[in-house]
Amino acid sequence: MRVGLAQIRPVLGRVEENLKLHREMIHRADSEQVDLLVFPELSLTGYQLKDLTLEVARSLQDEPIQQLVRESHRLDLVFGLVEEGPGHLFYNTAVYASEGAIRHVHRKVYLPTYGMYEEARLFARGRSFRSFETRFGRMGLLICEDAWHTSAPYLLVQDGAEILIVLANAAAKGMGAEKMASEESWSGMLAHYSMLHGAITLYANRVGTEDGVTFFGGSMVIDPFGRILERGERFEPLLKVVDVDLEDVRLARYRMPLMRDEDLELTARELERILKRRFEGGDHP
Amino acid sequence: MKPMEEFLAQAPYLRLNEELTVELLTRALREEVGKAGFQRVILGVSGGIDSALSLYLCARAFGPEAVTAVCMPYRESSPSSLEDAQKAIDAVGVESIRVDITPQIDAYFAGFPEASRLRRGNKMARERMSILYDLSAERRALVIGTSNKTELLLGYSTQFGDMASAVNPLGDLYKTQVWQLSGYLGVPESILKKPPSGDLWPDQTDEAELGFSYWDVDRLLYYMVDCRYPPERLVQQGFDRDLIERVHRRVVNSQYKRSLPVILKVSGRTIGADFRYPRDWGL
Repeated sequence: MRVGLAQIRPVLGRVEENLKLHREMIHRADSEQVDLLVFPELSLTGYQLKDLTLEVARSLQDEPIQQLVRESHRLDLVFGLVEEGPGHLFYNTAVYASEGAIRHVHRKVYLPTYGMYEEARLFARGRSFRSFETRFGRMGLLICEDAWHTSAPYLLVQDGAEILIVLANAAAKGMGAEKMASEESWSGMLAHYSMLHGAITLYANRVGTEDGVTFFGGSMVIDPFGRILERGERFEPLLKVVDVDLEDVRLARYRMPLMRDEDLELTARELERILKRRFEGGDHP
Repeated sequence: MKPMEEFLAQAPYLRLNEELTVELLTRALREEVGKAGFQRVILGVSGGIDSALSLYLCARAFGPEAVTAVCMPYRESSPSSLEDAQKAIDAVGVESIRVDITPQIDAYFAGFPEASRLRRGNKMARERMSILYDLSAERRALVIGTSNKTELLLGYSTQFGDMASAVNPLGDLYKTQVWQLSGYLGVPESILKKPPSGDLWPDQTDEAELGFSYWDVDRLLYYMVDCRYPPERLVQQGFDRDLIERVHRRVVNSQYKRSLPVILKVSGRTIGADFRYPRDWGL
């Protein structure tokens, strides 16, 4: 299976221009025989939207969005947008499209609203993490902050995902003597998830600067042993093409049968107990 | 060991990956300026380290042919400042303009002969700002800032004066980090080594005026601002209680300088309060 990571620089608030950018990337990926092309979080809108949220929001039935979905006839597509959902609720959404139709929609659950982030001011919260079947195998979608909650990849993997797709808008911050803290955290975290869950991780991060904040790129493919197979250059718009082998998931899970030994029932039972204690007994946390 | 190396050995948390930081700053500069529709930049160059670093970053980001450096001395400015400014300008090979601000400053203060040094210094800083923005329009060049994080936090700068710019590449770098990057980029030794000064009156030095050294205050600000340590923990960390108190007061008292003017709310949708757009709106 050949994966493409579309490390693009979306134009803030300009959906039409970004659709064009998507089509160009799809064309390039297609010519490189890519099977699955992954764009970053909010790839159709850019990130620091604030009050632009209202005007960049699109229903999934909107013709331009459907046109983009129809581009998924030779390759599968994952992209991000501000979705105007039922009841005029606005979501930070990722779409998986294949064979010309939407196969799965993930609405970002964990909306960072602290420090430099204000997503819960802008977006309604997604309510689920679900894995889904694709022509390549079962996958799960995570949008940026979702991935920082260890329960999110856990649930997707327990739900059958063998490939975790992470759409990110990760900013360059925490510059140190050697490395950037944000970049280090992301690669460490995702490599661990891949290893602990015996899953392939596809991480697409954007580049470019918005209001002084620069997104660092460095999109990655990580194998189910936790090894970073390929990493896109920092700061540079590019298409990263990487071949992955789902057979590796089988080997990883045989070698380290954490999935087999995981006691879901125990986890559920303990979570029930913790929920009761935290929210009924007034015992914090 | 060189003093800078010695300091960074004591305060490794302030050390930057120089190559990566310069790459980040030059790329972000190019993008923010380019998006705004400008191909050229302009900045004031005083002979001090901050404007020298901004100048070097601009020359890297845009190429020397796209950068205009403006020297704006006053008659009391130290001649060595002008020489240092020229050294930096020559080293990066950018166009430069010299505007002597003495006539307008002296004409203005002829009406206020008793004016304090502070008033004079602020007036000069704003005069320079006004010249930069005038030349900015004339040359279609965006004004690039030269204020570092230390002085912004301490309020040790003139509101609507040297603080004014369209894009400021230094605003998230402490003074000691400005030194570190300047050394890396090859800013002339005479600029690196001299005591920091606003050069607003003869023999002024920042550290004498502030009453503490940048090396001390940058370490303190790192723990106070970046790590959010409360005062007691800062004391445990070895910082002087009086210094903590003075620095904290300066940061709080200068918050207004780091904010846009307060708008008094009347309507249902007020600029700043509930009319919130990114700066890069439409760019």
